[in-house]
Amino acid sequence: MNTERFLKQPSAWLSDKQADSITVSSRVRLARNRKDSAFPGWAGEEECDRIWQELREVLLACGTLKKPDAVSMADLSTLDKQLLFERHLISREQMERKKGSGVVLRDDESVAAMVNEEDHLRLQCIRPGLDIGTAWEAVNKLDSEIEKTVDYAFSPKIGYLTACPSNVGTGMRASVMLHVPGLVLMNEINAVVKGMAKIGLAVRGLWGEGSEATGNMFQVSNQMTLGEGEADIVRNLEQIVLEIVEHEKNARLRLFERREDVVRDHAGRALGILSNAHILTTKECLDLLSDLRLGIDMGIVTLERPGVINDLLILTQPAHLQKLEGRKLKAEERDIARALLVRSRLKAANKKSDKKQS
Amino acid sequence: MKCEVCKNKEATIHLTQVVDGVVKKVHLCEQCAAKSGFDVHGPMSITDILLGMGGSETEQPVVPTKVPDRSCPRCHMRRVDFKKTGRLGCPACYEAFEDQLSPLLRVMHRHEQHKGKIPEREREHVQSSNELKVLKERLDKAIEDENYEEAARLRDMIQAFRSGKKQKKSAS
Repeated sequence: MNTERFLKQPSAWLSDKQADSITVSSRVRLARNRKDSAFPGWAGEEECDRIWQELREVLLACGTLKKPDAVSMADLSTLDKQLLFERHLISREQMERKKGSGVVLRDDESVAAMVNEEDHLRLQCIRPGLDIGTAWEAVNKLDSEIEKTVDYAFSPKIGYLTACPSNVGTGMRASVMLHVPGLVLMNEINAVVKGMAKIGLAVRGLWGEGSEATGNMFQVSNQMTLGEGEADIVRNLEQIVLEIVEHEKNARLRLFERREDVVRDHAGRALGILSNAHILTTKECLDLLSDLRLGIDMGIVTLERPGVINDLLILTQPAHLQKLEGRKLKAEERDIARALLVRSRLKAANKKSDKKQS
Repeated sequence: MKCEVCKNKEATIHLTQVVDGVVKKVHLCEQCAAKSGFDVHGPMSITDILLGMGGSETEQPVVPTKVPDRSCPRCHMRRVDFKKTGRLGCPACYEAFEDQLSPLLRVMHRHEQHKGKIPEREREHVQSSNELKVLKERLDKAIEDENYEEAARLRDMIQAFRSGKKQKKSAS
């Protein structure tokens, strides 16, 4: 797999358009297992390798995975694994694995299949904006294609059987990434998180389980997988997300009414620092990008190409920076490279498009 | 805020638990949290919480018991292995450890019956076994009512249904 191409193409889950930038992206994943094999965590390396070889062939033949690309975890450097992780194509758990596990990707990265992570198969589709339904359709199509050749572990009573009992049933986890600075600044986010826990939804940070909610980004997902059909899971989550979006819009309005100067100051400073800083840590960068995003949403700051914020969200991550530079960088070197990248991209994004040149 | 257990050190771990729809908050210091079995450094899955894992304090020396620990006939995972990892060994484990898993699934998902997608090849199986069940019930009823004409008809239908399925299988 040539990972260089990732640097040129935008991540599948980040839109260039920013139509509604409160809902950043939607994702659906399905957990599936073969009927007659031990789960990856319990199977030996040999069995895992055989399963990987077989499933790789099945996946490569799937029409839904247009021009698929497959790679074994054994053939990826730590940096490339990190790169795939930053693009949400493999999980943290998959990064730790080596022989006998891998990933198969559709050419545009929108659909990915992890083989031998916690389950034999983890199929995912990721879409920009609030689009859970389309993500479910795509991943459902791939799943139907696979089940023609693979005999799935399934029980009429408890559905698809998974390594962890928490995924049994549909094996489906649907999630939406939200940018909610209004709720954070108005101190209302805790109430929202609590409310969601009550109705069986989980809230996590930007990079999934165990990650911190940096840059005011939160991931909301269904927790229960047994007893509710896929369409219901999609509908319920969508409804809740729309409610959160309303809360967020509301919070922004009140914020602007009460502390307009502060909001303007935040956005202006964010643009100022990002355009001029020479050292930027990951966290500072993500927080400032959040401030800038809010400023753009509220019409305080204008950029010729606002989509640059989405590009930067991912390109400023450690592995992406090092791939761009073409070498390993120490933390301090990365902070300098990050600032340089942000400065130049923002400058380019602010240039009036000049048709004579193109 | 002071830790609720030792009432001495600063509480740095804030847990939110939802018990029967009521949100409870617990504030602990790192030491007390670790003592009560919470892994304060890593993320915990709901399985880990429900199985009461993640702590070192609860780890008891393995006492050899007279009754051998039950294990999955297919993959040989033992109950104790499952308790340790929170992950099952193979699909057959669900049957082998059903008594332990059923209540766990109920608490986790608040449901017991799968709704949603059924794989194509299972669909026919699930459906036809349901149809067959209905025919058999009608046959039993007919025999009970001494309605032998109806019983003979039903018996033929069941036979036709069974052979029909076989034909379909060999055709595909």
